[in-house]
Amino acid sequence: MKIVLPANERSMEKGISVSFGRAPYFLVYDTDTQEGVFIENNAAKSQGGAGIKAAQTVVDTGAKALLTPRCGENAADVLKAANIEIYQSINGSLENNISTFNKGELKILSEIHAGFHGKGGE
Amino acid sequence: MRIAVLSGKGGTGKTLISVNLAAVSKEAIYIDCDVEEPNGHLFFKPENLAAEYISVKIPLVDNELCNGCRICAVFCQYNALAYINQKLLIFDDVCHSCGGCVLFCPEKALAEKEKNIGIVQSGTSGLVHVITGILDTGEASGVPIIKKLMQNAPAGQEDVFIDCPPGSDCIVMGSIKDADYCVLVAEPTLFGVHNLKMVHDLVRLFRKPHGAVLNKCLEGYDPAAQYCEDHGIRIIGRIPFDHDLGTLNSNALIAARENGKYREVFTSLLQKVREEVQDAAAIDFKR
Repeated sequence: MKIVLPANERSMEKGISVSFGRAPYFLVYDTDTQEGVFIENNAAKSQGGAGIKAAQTVVDTGAKALLTPRCGENAADVLKAANIEIYQSINGSLENNISTFNKGELKILSEIHAGFHGKGGE
Repeated sequence: MRIAVLSGKGGTGKTLISVNLAAVSKEAIYIDCDVEEPNGHLFFKPENLAAEYISVKIPLVDNELCNGCRICAVFCQYNALAYINQKLLIFDDVCHSCGGCVLFCPEKALAEKEKNIGIVQSGTSGLVHVITGILDTGEASGVPIIKKLMQNAPAGQEDVFIDCPPGSDCIVMGSIKDADYCVLVAEPTLFGVHNLKMVHDLVRLFRKPHGAVLNKCLEGYDPAAQYCEDHGIRIIGRIPFDHDLGTLNSNALIAARENGKYREVFTSLLQKVREEVQDAAAIDFKR
């Protein structure tokens, strides 16, 4: 099964990005083959609606799950329409998150925020 | 003449100035462009109210005709469209109503539907015609309402007072675009100066004749007055920091209608504004 994680850098040892819609990269990881590829998030520099465009990218990878620290409501609507599960990531590296996910220890993201709509947010 | 009253932040006195100027003018039109929180009507308490809905156009998809080419989604700079599970998703709140998606759809699968975003309300209060733009809570942009307000405003001899939203962004630009003269309202604080600079930059960008009214004036050093002096902004009026005026205003009463002293203050301010507009027109004519 394919999963997607927002990434700051193209490295498995580096941390997960705090932003989904405006993360510079996405790691697309196949839990069966245990192989991952980094793709650029072409929504990162959008004037608006970055979450929607980023979610479209995730859907187009064919992934079944997204691991992210948080997610806005527009992006969540897109992912929901594609039946993609959103999991709450943990602090730590991308590979750490993947191994925790594989053990079945990540929770479903329960809190969907209203979106920052160009106003940032940390 | 069309007079726009603006300031870089809220609570400076835009509504105080524009409501009272309209009240001392013989016959006037007062237009409240502060569509997110219009409050001029609280003072005028207009009667014979009529309202008109304001709407914008939002795309509507026929999924039977849509073949998933995504030309619309790629075109949209605001990412208001996504194509998921053989269906086009449209995010109404993100859409800026440019109509591009409808134009570019090769399958003619997109049409437009109306979406209400607020109302324009009009009524009368004495000899003042009161027009109020009201944006629905949660809507992103009041600009379409401003456009409607400005379209309807007479461009002739009538005195039109435009109570602008705070700040210096698109919605303020729309409000001052057709003004003959801009009144910048400022407070005597450093923060007031910062906000004065914002609107001063804006009116210069729009090449609008303008002058400043200093509100809440106290004895002693006034940084806003200093800014005006340093930047050649003519000060056309000073409103004192006055307990009685504040009391009338916070009780939603129109000071110029309640008290002869304030009637005098605003009548002389209006006279000054008229002279300024005439001067500006003369200078424009010479050009």
